[in-house]
Amino acid sequence: MHVRVEDVPRRVAVRRRRWGEKLLEGCLAVCASVAVLTTAGIVAVLIFETAAFFRVVSIWEFLTDTQWTPLFVEKHFGILPLATGTLLTTGIALSVALPVGILAAIYLSEYCPEGLRRALKPALEVLAGIPTVVYGYFALLFVTPLLRQFIPSIAGLNALSAGLVMGVMIIPTIASLSDDALYVVPRSLREAAYALGASRRQVVLGVVVPAARSGILSALLLGISRAIGETMIVAIAAGMNPRLTLNPLVPIETMTAYIVQVSLGDTPTGSIEFRTIFAVGFALFLATLVFNVFSYAYARRFRETYR
Amino acid sequence: MNLATQGTPVGEPYVVEPSEPVAVEVQALSVWYRSFQALADVSFSIPRHRITAVIGPSGCGKSTFIRCLNRMNDLIPEFRMTGDIRLEGARIYEMDPTEVRRRVGMVFQKPNPFPKSIWENIAWGLRINGRRHDLAESVERALRRAALWDEVKDKLHMPATSLSGGQQQRLCIARVLAVEPEVLLLDEPTSSLDPIATARIEDLLIELKDRYTIVIVTHNIQQAARISDYAAFFYLGRLIEFQKTEDLFTRPRCSMTEAYITGRFG
Ligand SMILES: Nc1ncnc2c1ncn2[C@@H]1O[C@H](COP(=O)(O)OP(=O)(O)O)[C@@H](O)[C@H]1O
Ligand SMILES: [Mg+2]
Repeated sequence: MHVRVEDVPRRVAVRRRRWGEKLLEGCLAVCASVAVLTTAGIVAVLIFETAAFFRVVSIWEFLTDTQWTPLFVEKHFGILPLATGTLLTTGIALSVALPVGILAAIYLSEYCPEGLRRALKPALEVLAGIPTVVYGYFALLFVTPLLRQFIPSIAGLNALSAGLVMGVMIIPTIASLSDDALYVVPRSLREAAYALGASRRQVVLGVVVPAARSGILSALLLGISRAIGETMIVAIAAGMNPRLTLNPLVPIETMTAYIVQVSLGDTPTGSIEFRTIFAVGFALFLATLVFNVFSYAYARRFRETYR
Repeated sequence: MNLATQGTPVGEPYVVEPSEPVAVEVQALSVWYRSFQALADVSFSIPRHRITAVIGPSGCGKSTFIRCLNRMNDLIPEFRMTGDIRLEGARIYEMDPTEVRRRVGMVFQKPNPFPKSIWENIAWGLRINGRRHDLAESVERALRRAALWDEVKDKLHMPATSLSGGQQQRLCIARVLAVEPEVLLLDEPTSSLDPIATARIEDLLIELKDRYTIVIVTHNIQQAARISDYAAFFYLGRLIEFQKTEDLFTRPRCSMTEAYITGRFG
């Protein structure tokens, strides 16, 4: 800011304004650091408690034991049943969300009229904002009974129903982000393809989708990360039975559902049973972190390609 | 030929019918984007295996015109046209557009290689046109014709975007040549290139005219004079003059043409 020396009263005013600005800046810095410090604090507690856990249970047992029974008399601390539970529900979710999400994105970006796209995009965002507890009860009270009509042997709590509904939950995320990626593929590339005598399908599948691949991959990874971290749906509809199986018809337990189970129970703080949730939480944190980081990296790469 | 100019101050266009075989005939072509008329009553014949330059100030409808020749404008919703364009006697607006575009290839102002490897850039066009056998040979032939083979033969699997601007533009030419079109349209293909890359492309076009009918849009008058056999001068959406380049540059018949080529406007 430029100030004339002879303009003294104005200088005072400017100085006061400067103090005001400093104050505001300080407030904003505090707010920003609250977010950063909270995250750091969470990670610190997670690491601290996880370290305490691994002083009692070996990492080897944690990673290889095939049973997870920390709440029973005969304790086993193998995360595999919980990990397969998460893998199973995430896999089922993806098998729905990947094709539907990407096809929806292709339709939105390449086929539907511009006006309809403008109406559908915000609708997708709204869909992404539905509380997941609603999806959870939808799975339990609607999808599972529906599935029972076709698969009578399916249990009341099962991975299939939770996974399918979780897939529906992440469709908006995948569809909307993939649509963004497809939509910004430059018109010049489409024209180049049409000019070679390509049909619309060939242009879309042969040029536009491959050109948007890192953006689509980023959307998928974010969807996977959300599925891995999703808690409500699986806690309500998939069961709380840690079981090393890939059978989608029986009750299972995911990592997130286990954390809910212990947090809601009366397990004493500081006990090894209680510390299990930090160990599981840490594993979950690592898994979602990896997917988020890759998603971010691909999104950046995509943006750099077309800027 | 009916060349009514509908009482505009432009006057009667001067259009010479070429005394050699014709590849593309344009008859009474008018184009609108919604209600805006971009071309008015354009008629002339483009001779086979010659280079025809389309010149004129920016916004006069040069791009609009050549994009009609391969039905590229069909992709623009507000586009509407009347008149007739014939390729070797057949009406292109009654043909399948993908067939038209395969026979009439196009190179754009800015090099636009696909974000794929150099090899894939050329192989893709071949594959979608059902030419899957001896891909390797066809890719090499196209790259040789575009005078690019020696520069890229050791890095065919590198991304096309790693090439220089001039190389990318020659790759785009190779990509079009691979599908063996009859006509090659180029819309200001050298406007984003340096003089050396420009000269290479000009030399290439002169080599290519033995096999292809070439139509090149350029706002570089010297370029038109250097490489073209025929030249069409457009102004405000109208064809003003079309004849042999030599004649157009030495004895322009319309005062507008003369003003433009002597650099008094545009
Ligand atoms: N898609 C379009 N919609 C509306 N007007 C257009 C469109 N494309 C071109 N025009 C207009 O048509 C006229 C001719 O454009 P163009 O053919 O691109 O000219 P040139 O290539 O000679 O510079 C210009 O006035 C331009 O603004
Ligand atoms: Mg133009």
